[in-house]
Amino acid sequence: MNNYFEKNIFVNHEGPIAKGKKAADKGLGYEKSISGCGLTGLISKNRTRLSGKAIVESLCLMNDRGNGLGAGYAAYGIYPGFKDFYAFHIMYDAPSVRWTAEEFLKANYHIEKIEEIPTFPVKAIAISPLLVRYFIKPLKEKLAGDVNESDFVVNSVMKINSEIDGAYVFSSGKNMGAFKGVGNPCDIAEFFRIEDYEGYIWTAHTRFPTNTPGWWGGAHPFTLLDWSIVHNGEISSYGINKRYLEMFGYKLTLLTDTEAAAYMLDLLIRRHGLDIATACTVLAAPFWKNIDNMDEQKKEALTALRLAYGSALLNGPFSLLFGHSNGLVGINDRIKLRPLVAATKNDLVYMASEESAIRAICPSPDKVWTPRAGEPVIVELNK
Amino acid sequence: MFKSLAPPEYLATIDQVKCIRCKRCIQNCGWSVYSWGGDKVLIDTSKCVKCLRCYHYCPEEAIQILDNPVKFKNNAYWGYNNIRNLKRQAETGGIPLTGMGSDLPYPILFDNLLIDACQVTNPSIDPLREPMELRTYLGKKPASVEFEKGKDGKLKLKTKMPPQIKINLPLIFSPMSYGSISLNAQKVLAIAAKECGILMNTGEGGLHEDLLPYRDSIIVQVASGRFGVNPDYLNAGVAVEIKIGQGAKPGIGGHLPGEKIPLEVARTRMIPVGTDAISPAPQHDIYSIEDLKQLIYAIKEATDYKPVSVKIAAVHNVAAIASGIVRAGADIIYLDGFRGGTGAAPSIIRDHLGIPIEHAIAAVDDRLRQEGIRNEASIIAAGGIRSSADAAKAIALGADAVAIATAALTTMGCTICGKCYTGNCSWGITTQRPELTARLDPEIFAERLINLVHAWEHELKEILGALGINAVDSLRGNRERLRGVGLDTQTLDILGVKPAGR
Repeated sequence: MNNYFEKNIFVNHEGPIAKGKKAADKGLGYEKSISGCGLTGLISKNRTRLSGKAIVESLCLMNDRGNGLGAGYAAYGIYPGFKDFYAFHIMYDAPSVRWTAEEFLKANYHIEKIEEIPTFPVKAIAISPLLVRYFIKPLKEKLAGDVNESDFVVNSVMKINSEIDGAYVFSSGKNMGAFKGVGNPCDIAEFFRIEDYEGYIWTAHTRFPTNTPGWWGGAHPFTLLDWSIVHNGEISSYGINKRYLEMFGYKLTLLTDTEAAAYMLDLLIRRHGLDIATACTVLAAPFWKNIDNMDEQKKEALTALRLAYGSALLNGPFSLLFGHSNGLVGINDRIKLRPLVAATKNDLVYMASEESAIRAICPSPDKVWTPRAGEPVIVELNK
Repeated sequence: MFKSLAPPEYLATIDQVKCIRCKRCIQNCGWSVYSWGGDKVLIDTSKCVKCLRCYHYCPEEAIQILDNPVKFKNNAYWGYNNIRNLKRQAETGGIPLTGMGSDLPYPILFDNLLIDACQVTNPSIDPLREPMELRTYLGKKPASVEFEKGKDGKLKLKTKMPPQIKINLPLIFSPMSYGSISLNAQKVLAIAAKECGILMNTGEGGLHEDLLPYRDSIIVQVASGRFGVNPDYLNAGVAVEIKIGQGAKPGIGGHLPGEKIPLEVARTRMIPVGTDAISPAPQHDIYSIEDLKQLIYAIKEATDYKPVSVKIAAVHNVAAIASGIVRAGADIIYLDGFRGGTGAAPSIIRDHLGIPIEHAIAAVDDRLRQEGIRNEASIIAAGGIRSSADAAKAIALGADAVAIATAALTTMGCTICGKCYTGNCSWGITTQRPELTARLDPEIFAERLINLVHAWEHELKEILGALGINAVDSLRGNRERLRGVGLDTQTLDILGVKPAGR
């Protein structure tokens, strides 16, 4: 890596992290990160735990889709020994911040285990934040009355991200985790020893940021509770999506539009109780001209959805994969301005930006297809 | 009486060589500027308002209306209008009236806001090839929706949706009463509203029976004078609007002089012919927010729960007032900025009270979001929307739709001369004189207004396409796609907009 690249990492690491934190409080200074990207994901419907080797291979094939300024992986089923605990992955700008965050965690959670996330020195990754993971459970007395456990955890994540300067929770689900940073997909994989993890759902992402320099928190996947999102595209409606989410108490601090998609899913599915398919019709709403021609019952349902959730429509080019504890979903924007290909092989389902990324790890799939605009591919784990 | 010491504003001139003595100017001028002198047209230029009717109807282009070069001595502080108003007040002892919106050079925030466009990272969308959605629904929206699975396994809506008004684009016509404008002008609005799938508003003048065929495109208004209000009237349109205030004259009532109340107007307003129609400053049954709530629900009861809109002028504390109105049960809040037009208002009020609509939209939208009740009401922004760009900016700041009146009247011939209050409008718009109103053929002029609406519709689609979004829902409140130019930090903060370059 040349000097320019190293310098960039340094600047990014010091600059946007500190700046973004303060700016988010004022609500005005946020910077949206626009990026072109590559994404890939796979799921074993039978919950066969697969090593991270395949997903790394698939992602690293799409070198053209990234520029080395961000890559990441998310996996489900990787912490079977701690599956009842929330696995918090937190990045710290400085060791001193760690104690502030841990004091907060201790006051609110039973902490089963604390450890630094194992990393392997990689030449290209000269500087990295301090990365620590916690297996925790909310203290019983904190959940007294009608406090919902998920809400409690979400609020903790929001609080740490927006109030503790220099600390970022980048993963907070059970039996799953995100691993991400500034670097090439292969370097990030090596750095986090992705091949050592075994999971039944994997998503991965390589980033090509075009307007804001990459920084560790800005890499994908974005996660909240069990939701993880990798995203290629630019959400042109970000401004209103953000303000809409803020109405429901979400704080958007990670300086990128993908974060909005993650929180939107949390709002629609967990808090408002929509099923996944319905939530997808909010994110990539059908056009009025199509709704007008539907039967009365469907028309009524979709009209109500568009009326209530107009501000939740993700408008602009995107393809995104979102993983959750029960499955994997892939979806495109309503006029398909970003690529997404899907394939199946036995109990495995693959989705990626490019067919080549699938064929790199599954040379002869049973079926390959290109999902239509706005039509989600919803895969659920077998019970 | 001696000659007025306020010199005429305009010089109406006729080129006597070109003039063919056809007398069309005499016939067309509603202000009696011209008269026949036996062998040529005589001119009383002090009556001229520069509405340009005569100019357009002179077949020889012999007429020129010039700004009077004779002005008071230049003074950076004592401006021409200051001195002129002093002279007029000295002569009459009255309050100088005016029409249309304020023409004073206050900062125009719309002109300091620029809209984003796509380059490279997100593709712009061609509205001629791709669907581009402007459809808008006005009314209360639920915070979330619930479904149940039907027998067939399909989604079935469980949430009861509040009543909605569907409009084809986020644009409606502002209230203008029969009385302040002619019935023909109202018909133009009604025909165009129906054709374009949008709405017109009766204003506080009742609903003439000729407008009944257009009732699905009409909002009926209830204001402090309660003119023309009865159960049939309340149920005649798609919604009812309670008018608390008007941007051009916040805090004061209205006065339609008896001369403008011929039989038809009197019938529609349900008052005797020739009596002054006085709208009190406040609504005398609304002295606070709880009274408003009672009226809102009384109207809802009377209309089987049609949407109720509440129109207020944008004043300093508009955000808190709007929040109260939403909590009182309004389905729509109509915000009217200080630039908003009027048929008649004291110029001292029009020019010095209220705040710009841009600030008001931003403040109200912010407040409703902070309180988590933005979905409870739609916001209509009005008060000086001059173009589709103004409309797009207002929507990006947080409005659901905009309302236009002045812009609509200009399609009927209006040149914004500002003399609506005299009842002499030569274009037949703000007058009840039959020889003048007959000039405004509703069918012909509706076509021009429909053209305007369609033109704005195309422009809005182009703007959305450039922004890379294909639904107006994604523009609404999306201040991230606006940038300020030359605005100070505090204004940017209030508008929630970043400066250009950031």
